[in-house]
Amino acid sequence: MSIELQHVSFIYSPGTAYELHALKDISFTVHDGEFIGIIGHTGSGKSTLIQHLNALIRPTKGKVLYNGEDIWEENYDRRALRSQVGLVFQYPEHQLFENTVLEDVCFGPLNQGLSKEEAEERAKKALASVGFREDHYGKSPFELSGGQKKRAAIAGVLAMDPKILVLDEPTAGLDPKGRDEILDQVRALQEERGIAVLVVSHSMEDMARYAGRLIVMDHGAVAFDDVPGNVFAHYEELEKMGLAAPQLTYVMQTLRANGLMVDPAADTVEKARDSILAVLKAERQGVV
Amino acid sequence: MRDITIGQYYPGNSVLHRLDPRTKFVGTLMFIISIFIFHTIPGYAVATVFLGAMILLSGIPFRLIVKGLKAVLVIMLITVVFNIFLTPGEVLWQWKILKVTKEGLILAGKMAIRLIYLVTGSSLMTLTTTPNQLTDGLEDLMAPLNRIRIPVHEIALMMSIALRFIPILMEETDKIMKAQLARGADFESGSIIRKAKNMIPLLVPLFISAFRRANDLAMAMEARCYHGGSRTQMKPLRYTRLDLAAYLILIIYLAIAILFRIFGI
Repeated sequence: MSIELQHVSFIYSPGTAYELHALKDISFTVHDGEFIGIIGHTGSGKSTLIQHLNALIRPTKGKVLYNGEDIWEENYDRRALRSQVGLVFQYPEHQLFENTVLEDVCFGPLNQGLSKEEAEERAKKALASVGFREDHYGKSPFELSGGQKKRAAIAGVLAMDPKILVLDEPTAGLDPKGRDEILDQVRALQEERGIAVLVVSHSMEDMARYAGRLIVMDHGAVAFDDVPGNVFAHYEELEKMGLAAPQLTYVMQTLRANGLMVDPAADTVEKARDSILAVLKAERQGVV
Repeated sequence: MRDITIGQYYPGNSVLHRLDPRTKFVGTLMFIISIFIFHTIPGYAVATVFLGAMILLSGIPFRLIVKGLKAVLVIMLITVVFNIFLTPGEVLWQWKILKVTKEGLILAGKMAIRLIYLVTGSSLMTLTTTPNQLTDGLEDLMAPLNRIRIPVHEIALMMSIALRFIPILMEETDKIMKAQLARGADFESGSIIRKAKNMIPLLVPLFISAFRRANDLAMAMEARCYHGGSRTQMKPLRYTRLDLAAYLILIIYLAIAILFRIFGI
C-alpha cells in the first residue's frame, strides 16, 4: 500500500485574473505505516496537497499513483480509492449531518455497500478507538463540544477502514489536553492497524513528538522532506518561511553555541536530556 | 461551481472602474433605454459602436463577456423561437400550424440584439464595480424613496450582505461536498429522487452553517451598536470631472437615440 506523487502541479482558476499557482512540481511517496507530519505556513499549499491524495482535486500537471496505478486513468474507481485513503477535513461541521452520532459515523460504511449491522459494528469500533463516550452515541452531532465533534468526524472516516489516514489540522481549536489525547489515539491507531498517517499541523512541537517524517511546504513547493531532527537543524531557514523549530532545538543550538557539544538533532525532551547528560559526563571525566 | 460568475467583479483600474457607481448605474439605465428606442439598422450600429467603445475602455477581455452571455442563451433561444413562429404577417414558410413570417424574423433579430446588448451592458457595470460600490450607489440613488417610508438603507444593507455571502457560501458548499465525497458520498449517479436524497448530507451542514453565520454577523453588528437608520459612510461617494464627462457623453448619446427615433432613421 503506497501512494506516490510524481511532479504534481496545481493551478487554481487558470487563465483568469484570480489564477493561483498552488502546487509546484511536488514528488514524494507515502509508505505503509508511516507517520508523516505536513507543516507549512497558511497558504503554503498543504490543504491543496492532501486533496490530491484521494482524488478530490485533479492535478494540473503530474501524476498520483496508488499502488502503482494512476488514479486519474479513465476507468479508475475513485470512489473506492476514497475509502482506502481516508481524508478528515479541518472542520467537523462540514461533514456532520445525521440525527445521531452513530448514524453519522455509519454514513461512510453504508456508502461502501455494507449492511446496516456491519456498518454499525464498524462505527462503534471506530468511535471506541477515538475515545468517543459511549453514552453520547445517540446524541445529535450538533450538541457536541468541539473536541467531541472532531472525534466523531475522525470516526466517520475511520469507520471506512482506510489504509491511509489523512488529517487536516486535527488539533486546531482544541485545548492542550484534547490535543494530546487525539494525537495519542491517532498514533495508537497507526500502530494497531498498521495504517499510514499524514497529519497537517502548525505545531512543530507536536510533530516532533509524533511524526517519523516531516514534509515542510513553502509557497507550494516541498522545502524539506526528512526526519524531524534533520528538518529542525535548518531552523534558520524555517524561520524565513514564517515557521519555527521547537523550543528544544533552540535550547540545544544555544548550548552548542556556548561550547557544550550536545546533539542538535534531538527532537524529544528525553533525547535531549540523555544527550546533555552524556556530554556533561564526558566533560567531567575529561577534567578528572 | 466556479463557472456561475456572470458579471463577477473583474479587478482593474480603467476609466470605467474609476467612474462613480451612480454614474455607471444611470449610464447603464440610459443605454438600456437607448436600445429600445433604436429600431433601425443605423440605430443599432450607433449602439454597437457605443457598447464596443465601452468594452474597449473597460479593459475587460472580450472572451469573458462572451462567456457571460452563455448563461442567458436559453432565454434568448426561447424568445427568438417564439418571435419567429408567433408573429403574424407575410408568410415565408409554413408547415402545418407552424409558420415563419417576414415580420417574425425581423422582430426575432431585433429581440436577440436587444437581449445581447442588455446583458452585455449591465454585466459591464457589474464587471467594473465592486458589489459594495454598487450597493452604495444604489442606496444613494434611491434615497428619495425614504420620503415614502421605504427603508432604503436596510434594503441596501441586505443586498450587500447577500452579495457578500454568495462567494462564502459557494466555497462552503465546495468544502462540504468534498468532505462528504471523502466519505464515499455520490452526488452524480442515480435517478432524480435518488439524487435529491443524496443532497441531504450536503444541504444539512450548509443550512446550519448559513444560520450560524447569520447569527454571528447579527451579533457582531449589535455588539457595535448597529441599529440601522441614518449613518454616514466611511467612503462617501464623490463625483469627479470624469463623471461630468461621462454624463455629457451619455446625454449626447441618448439625444442621438431620440433624434433617430423622431426622424425615423
